[in-house]
Amino acid sequence: MSAQPRLLQVLNVLSVFLLVAAAAMVFVYAPIERVMGAVQKVFYFHVATAWVGMIGFIIAAAVAVIYLVTKDLKWDTINVAAVEISLVFFFIAIVLGSIWARPAWGTWWTWEPRLTTAAILEMIYLAYLLLRQGIEDPERRARFGAVYTIVGGLSVPLTFVSIRLFRTIHPVIIGAGGSEKMNMTGEMVATMLVNIAVFSVIFVTLFWHRIRLGQFAEKVEQLKLKLTH
Amino acid sequence: MSTDLSSLDSSDPNIRYSASPSVPSSVAYFRAVFAVAWKDLSAELRSRELLSAMLVFSVLVLLIFYFALELDVKARMDITAGALWVTFAFAGTLGLNRSMAIEKDRGCLDGLLLAPVDRSAIYFGKTISNLAFMLVVEAIVLPLYSVMYNVNLFHPGLLGVTLLGSVGYAAVGTLLAAMSVQSRTRDVLLPILLFPVIIPVLVAAVKSSSGFLTGAEMVEITPWVNILLVYDVIFIAVAFMVFDFVVEE
Repeated sequence: MSAQPRLLQVLNVLSVFLLVAAAAMVFVYAPIERVMGAVQKVFYFHVATAWVGMIGFIIAAAVAVIYLVTKDLKWDTINVAAVEISLVFFFIAIVLGSIWARPAWGTWWTWEPRLTTAAILEMIYLAYLLLRQGIEDPERRARFGAVYTIVGGLSVPLTFVSIRLFRTIHPVIIGAGGSEKMNMTGEMVATMLVNIAVFSVIFVTLFWHRIRLGQFAEKVEQLKLKLTH
Repeated sequence: MSTDLSSLDSSDPNIRYSASPSVPSSVAYFRAVFAVAWKDLSAELRSRELLSAMLVFSVLVLLIFYFALELDVKARMDITAGALWVTFAFAGTLGLNRSMAIEKDRGCLDGLLLAPVDRSAIYFGKTISNLAFMLVVEAIVLPLYSVMYNVNLFHPGLLGVTLLGSVGYAAVGTLLAAMSVQSRTRDVLLPILLFPVIIPVLVAAVKSSSGFLTGAEMVEITPWVNILLVYDVIFIAVAFMVFDFVVEE
């Protein structure tokens, strides 16, 4: 087993440090929102995790196309890594959103387009993992995974459009809070941008680790095959 | 029986459909699509196992809806479109699973793949036969629903929407069924794969159907029909491009 590259070791430390710094910025530097109070602080993490989920989603779709063109299994490893990280971060974003929505909109869950689309995206990712689980041949698993990522990736924007249309024709029950823009001070915007940057670094670190894990898993599989033959 | 491809090419077994000198390639392509679809339909005409299962299942779903939702006169108007599309979606997975499982179980898929035709012709043939099964079920369920719940469903717009929705459903469903049938969990997997990506079709079909049923303005219905059209076009194109990867061995 190869040791972690120097840059990855640096990223490990940096990620932890930055996460602490970002949290400190959220709790100390950013002012308390006048209407919503302290709970508004969850918003910074919510935006940042949703951002990371979005990046993972885009990478997964792009890498799926590359895999189908090149047929190089390393792209499949990257594909799974992106999907898994995106799955986790979208989940965190949904939970954080719920925590914020409860006091802000008066409910844990609303059928708001972004929220609903995120939930459906989670279901697509879970289906993707179930599909992979059911196929032993790594090459076929990679092909099916890539095809499903593409089909899912194309349906998500359409889902978003159709749900938004659904909402505009139906009146929103929970008042107009949904898409109303928040008035943010300069400190708030700065905190949000810093959080997005920090979580991007964390994403890179995790992504790298997950890809390495995938490579090790492949190696183990090959060694097992050697032993049995 | 379902791999009887000799009818494809009885005159000369050496003719490659893609590069036949006597027949233009586009004609040969459509002939291959038609042959695949026809073999499914004629097999079904003889056994009738798929359609009968889908039909009985649909009727049972309609009965369950009656008891589960207490469809009184007022509720009927609001949820008719939803109940219909849930029925079609569930019955559709039965049909898709079965039509692909038949190919896989008896080694027929390998036979089909050996046929000297473009792989996408197999996809379109299977999609057309799956679509035909869905349309037959719908053609029986719609009047049945009208009678059982005393709602008039014979609206040209509604029928058009049903067709558009079924096209999208069959296009994506055939592609995903071809994948799920090759996995270990098989028929359990198909609805899990299919339902999250078919949501735009379901939303748009339900909204436009109920729009037609309640006599809404065309301005309100058009965006939904547009979504259906866009979805159909995008996913038929995508499936056409990626089907090769799904059956490639």
